[in-house]
Amino acid sequence: MKRKLGRGVAVVGAGVGKFGAFPRHDSRDLFAQAFRELRASVDRGFDPAEVEALYLGNYSSDLFEHQGHLAPIVASWVGLTPRAALRVEDACASGGVALRQAVLAVASGLYDVVLVGGVERMTALPTEAVTDTLATAGDVLYEFSAGFTFPGFYAAMATAYAAKYGMPYEALFAVARKNHAHGALNDKAQFGMTIRAIMDRRMAKAREKGGPVPSWEDELDFLRDPGANPPVAWPLRLFDCSPITDGAAALLVVAEKVARRYTDRPLRVLGTGQASDACLYGRADLASLRAAREAAAQAYAMAGVTPDQIKLAEVHDCFTIAEVLAIEDLGLFPPGQGWRAAADGATSREGRIPVNTSGGLKAKGHPVGASGVAQVVELWKQMRGEAGPRQVARDVDLALAHNVGGTGQTCVVHILERG
Amino acid sequence: MVEREFTHASWAEFLAEGKLMGVRCRACGALSAVPRLVCPACRVEDLEWVELSGRGAVEGFTVIHVPPTPLAAAGYGRDRPYASAVVRLDEGPWITAQLVGVDPQRPESLRVGMRVRAEVVHQGEAVRLGFRPEG
Repeated sequence: MKRKLGRGVAVVGAGVGKFGAFPRHDSRDLFAQAFRELRASVDRGFDPAEVEALYLGNYSSDLFEHQGHLAPIVASWVGLTPRAALRVEDACASGGVALRQAVLAVASGLYDVVLVGGVERMTALPTEAVTDTLATAGDVLYEFSAGFTFPGFYAAMATAYAAKYGMPYEALFAVARKNHAHGALNDKAQFGMTIRAIMDRRMAKAREKGGPVPSWEDELDFLRDPGANPPVAWPLRLFDCSPITDGAAALLVVAEKVARRYTDRPLRVLGTGQASDACLYGRADLASLRAAREAAAQAYAMAGVTPDQIKLAEVHDCFTIAEVLAIEDLGLFPPGQGWRAAADGATSREGRIPVNTSGGLKAKGHPVGASGVAQVVELWKQMRGEAGPRQVARDVDLALAHNVGGTGQTCVVHILERG
Repeated sequence: MVEREFTHASWAEFLAEGKLMGVRCRACGALSAVPRLVCPACRVEDLEWVELSGRGAVEGFTVIHVPPTPLAAAGYGRDRPYASAVVRLDEGPWITAQLVGVDPQRPESLRVGMRVRAEVVHQGEAVRLGFRPEG
């Protein structure tokens, strides 16, 4: 059934902080930086006193920082007290789901002006503890005990996809190269470097130290080298995985009827969809995410558009294989064809449908609760022609964000139109 | 069949006794390899424990080099990886488990569709489900 929002909802401000490892910043500090950029992005300015509620996407400040009940603290840090503040948790889809909840609250008429946030501070824990924390987004009883980690889950999807469609594993290198190439143009990215630049830097460092200099012929040679690109969960290697990241993002979401108070160029939320699925062992197919297909179907139906009308997409590439599955689940490429897209250039900045112009989670970084919000910040910048050196040449009047929680137990999709 | 609560604790108890147990819906026949209280297919609350053959085929797999802390404590790590898989049991339902009796250093020796058989693995105090390639 086609669903509609009760009333129009628009995005009128967006901001993101630098992604990376910030030992001296905790979640509230990270969020305050995103909030500052958001504030500067509102064309006619805005008074934070107008904000009626904060919806904060955050996966696990409890485990990452030993801090629960984060939303009121964050609200207080940016001067929103005593407004309603709540944390939204759906694993790595927390940010996208926080946006959706904010959209629903505004569409219902309850609020006119809400702040959506996403934040995660992950680097305070050692890698093994981060691996454990992320694994809790799977089934602790039946998957964690089977030895699965998050890279392991997606690795199993990669083997299933490769067996089903004949994808050579090296095809995934193209996704990493493309997203790093995009990330190199993003000054907020954690890894704002091309694979080539990373490779050259390692060779230069080896030369400096006077040790043996690796003799990689090109990026492919570098990515094939198990020393430079070791397996994490075979067939996925280090450069197939998004990094451990600290970061935050924010959006100002308002009722369409008040949008002009803030800007003449609002983005309209045309469609929103969300779905759930069982854990991996409860699926019928490992080579596609049912929740993503369902969420996309809802969002397309609400927006009244088809996949071929989408001009740009930010999709959940926590692992290279995840981007391949995403562009198929969203209907941007036919099933079994997505693995060729990055190598063919179809998803590059100049391609038919640019995907992850921000660098994606792969290169920009993946502060899990912030990622879904940061995706929409990228859409904001691209749709308004404010993406700087990575601005796509074509006019982006319709764009999509796709945010996955866990191994696809949650997926949320948003479609935005320039008003 | 002994009536036990439809919980993970019961499932793990069965496993320690050497049995891979699932639940079947008496109303619609749907099978699940893990216990449920409500049938996820028809939502009826009329389930029974059934013993599964433990035979199946690999749907997807991985060889993990960066383990979670419990497996790191058990001695696994970058130089000693292990394999885990999603297995489709012959009766239909899927389950996740470690692969045993395989060479994790040669992931190319593993493949989707590979026939496997369930086995109870004792790791220190822990009892886990494992699958070993057949033949």
